[in-house]
Amino acid sequence: MAKTLTQEFTKGLWKEIPPFRLVLGLCPTLGVTTTLENGVGMGLATTFVLVGSNLLVSLLRNVIPSKVRIACYIVVIATFVTLVELVMQAYAYPLFLKLGVFIPLIVVNCIVLGRAEAFASKNKLLPSLADGLGIGIGFTLSLAALGAVREILGTGMLTLPLQGAATVFDPSWFQPFSFMVSAPGAFVALGLMLALMNLVPSK
Amino acid sequence: MREMIRMVLAITILAAASGLLLAMVKNGTEAQIEAQKLKFVKGPVLNDILQNAANDPLADRFKLTVDGEEKTFFVAKYDGKPKVVAFESFGSGYGGTLGVMVAVDTETDKIWGIGVTTHSETPGLGARSKTDPNFAAGFKGLSVAETHKVKNDGGDVDALSGATITSRGVVGAVNKAGELYMANKSEILDKARTLVH
Repeated sequence: MAKTLTQEFTKGLWKEIPPFRLVLGLCPTLGVTTTLENGVGMGLATTFVLVGSNLLVSLLRNVIPSKVRIACYIVVIATFVTLVELVMQAYAYPLFLKLGVFIPLIVVNCIVLGRAEAFASKNKLLPSLADGLGIGIGFTLSLAALGAVREILGTGMLTLPLQGAATVFDPSWFQPFSFMVSAPGAFVALGLMLALMNLVPSK
Repeated sequence: MREMIRMVLAITILAAASGLLLAMVKNGTEAQIEAQKLKFVKGPVLNDILQNAANDPLADRFKLTVDGEEKTFFVAKYDGKPKVVAFESFGSGYGGTLGVMVAVDTETDKIWGIGVTTHSETPGLGARSKTDPNFAAGFKGLSVAETHKVKNDGGDVDALSGATITSRGVVGAVNKAGELYMANKSEILDKARTLVH
């Protein structure tokens, strides 16, 4: 049962990568991935919350009475989310404007509570850190991939974080599917990517 | 019983620690957040309506408490005088609160220009209140001493087609700004003149 720290970290990158392998946290996945930049921003914010809450929950795992553990986890998670919200407002205001209501919604992201309950509350500090980082980076990669696919197909452009938009498909021959950047397009893109990933056999 | 006390204690301590931490961070970031809002929300609108001002209206601002609410006023200098004063006013639109920056020419008590700062209106309809320059231009030169209405209601302001409720919201915000300005005119002018001269 004793896994190494590296295994705890890397499982989040492929074997249990959210939201593809663990189909959790779909609200931000579908809501904000209209562009690569939004996907990355949301992913990083979630990663911070995930690492922070995993660390604190793991530290307090012997202190928190089991009957009220979920309430305690939510307090911990909500604290980190509010921190992210304040810091993002102070230092990355345009991103805050774009992600809007989805930032406070990280509180109810099942991935965060799921890792606190299923992993951090039963494991020591370092494995919890590795788990949070791995799952968080996996989530960021997934959102980035989904955002990039939707942005390229939906607008023909790709916005690299901090660099501005670049044209991928020339508008002279490419008619953007604006469907892809609206809500139903999110389901289609997610479904196709899930199908593609399932083509690769998992051990 | 002991278990119960332990549970209550655990949650209370956790929540109190969280509250303390967040209060500290909020205090620490407050000034920075306000600066960001100024830069990304109010700044572009102000630069748009106060074009060619001889000073930087974003820097020349003062605060005044009106009816128990602290408001920020921006002063723009034209012809060597602190001629125009701009401040934000709020009205209710179709999708929620509308923020409108209203600039008043203090020599004639007429509207110098307006611009929508924040809104949650329908894209393509009410959202045009922010982007359509013709709509904002319809407010130029109106007297702030009078109450205005959109043309559908028998008034003098052209509404955005398909967005009457949004237009009414903007007009409402402008009317409120006019009332506030007229009621506090001497104080506002005093402050503006000491700040910019």
